[in-house]
Amino acid sequence: MSYDIPDDRRYVASHEWVRVDDGTARLGISDFAQDELGDVVFVELPAPGDALARNEAFGVVESIKAVSDLYAPVSGTVTAVNESLEQQPELVNESPYDEGWLLELELADPAEVEELLTAEAYRTQTG
Amino acid sequence: MPVTMPRQSPLRGAHEALGARFTTFGGWEMPVEYGTIRAEHAAVREAAGKFDVSHMGQLVVTGPDAGALTDRLVTCDVGSMAEGDARYGLITDEAGVILDDTIVYRRAGDYLVIPNAGHDAEMADRWTTHRDAWGLDAAVENATESLAMVAVQGPDAAALVGEAADEAATNLTHMHATATTVAGVEGFVARTGYTGEDGFEVVCPAADAETVWAAFDCQPCGLGARDTLRTEMGYLLSGQDFDPETEPRNPYEADVAFAVALDTEFVGRDALAAVAEGGVDERFVGLVLDERGVPRHGYDVTDPDGRSIGHVTSGTMSPTLGEPIGLGYVEAAAAEPGTDVRVVIRDDPKRATVRATPFIT
Repeated sequence: MSYDIPDDRRYVASHEWVRVDDGTARLGISDFAQDELGDVVFVELPAPGDALARNEAFGVVESIKAVSDLYAPVSGTVTAVNESLEQQPELVNESPYDEGWLLELELADPAEVEELLTAEAYRTQTG
Repeated sequence: MPVTMPRQSPLRGAHEALGARFTTFGGWEMPVEYGTIRAEHAAVREAAGKFDVSHMGQLVVTGPDAGALTDRLVTCDVGSMAEGDARYGLITDEAGVILDDTIVYRRAGDYLVIPNAGHDAEMADRWTTHRDAWGLDAAVENATESLAMVAVQGPDAAALVGEAADEAATNLTHMHATATTVAGVEGFVARTGYTGEDGFEVVCPAADAETVWAAFDCQPCGLGARDTLRTEMGYLLSGQDFDPETEPRNPYEADVAFAVALDTEFVGRDALAAVAEGGVDERFVGLVLDERGVPRHGYDVTDPDGRSIGHVTSGTMSPTLGEPIGLGYVEAAAAEPGTDVRVVIRDDPKRATVRATPFIT
């Protein structure tokens, strides 16, 4: 099975992605991660204003069969969360890179992003 | 540490061809899902699904005392079973603690006892050691590896079985079984299941498993859907909702007293007669979460003031209801449906209500 891994963002080994636009970073989980989890039924996220520390657990995504911690690929302050997921957690399965995004961060240190896996490196890892 | 290879179903190749994802359960590597659990669950509730349940144990008990031996090891009244009857029972120890649950089938020349995955060797040993201790004349064969079992469940199950099997199969009523031919294979068909829907379970030789599996043209379903379906019904899962080591429970606590025939002789009877007389401190209940979240095995249950009153043993997001549901044990005083409780999820108490099971009607 081959997974969708867009080139326009960075990844971490724990299967989260980060995409940066004008200093705002958007976070989500990869196509591989959503497929491994199966039917996502619940997402627990921090609130706007909360601080995230790199590599620390910041939330939980639950499928019917599993509970999985979410890890922050980068540090920053939450500026927005995807409120659609409260009613439609299945968006994480259906559109992990777009409508199923999790939250947005104001980056504490934009240089951290450069240390993350490129799409190519992540592809090698999950391949 | 000894490494034990998981046991494989004779249908392993068929599952791989269907793109199944596998999980290890009770020492067996079995499909957890083929596509999505949600779709498989819906197929069973709305149409039909088929499950490979070859991981279930299969003990064949023969001989003049086969019935007497089984009767003395299972809580239900095996002695009153006629040929073709299927009956749910518990296997309890002297203290009345449930070791496993089972369905006993009385067949033409034997009794077929179905323990749960991974309990087959333990139960075969239990049957033979008690036979010897009691001086009974019976033979016990652990046929788990030589037999396969396929469940066809859902409102369309009878039509599917009607196409594949002799009329004798579809003429069966619930909790009855018969020897019959399925897709040309000599098998044994029961109108039983673990989903809450109408359905059948087909036992056949392992060598013929693929023929029987292919005979039912419906959604293949894995252990994931099997678990969500049984949880919606409030059915117990051995090793999780009761377990002699981690969750020691008697049938009165576990809400399966209907399967206990105190007027028969069986291991644990005297202890259970005392429980029936004296009552229980905790009871198995349904729980519905009134906030977002999912109840899971091991979560604490408290009263609204935060005092611990029990714990969750099973839980999921109900695919049928779209609500988070759970099963677990709470203090008897809190077991009444409608009782306001809390389920503690990652240190956060979530509002929940005790609900009668089944959750769906």
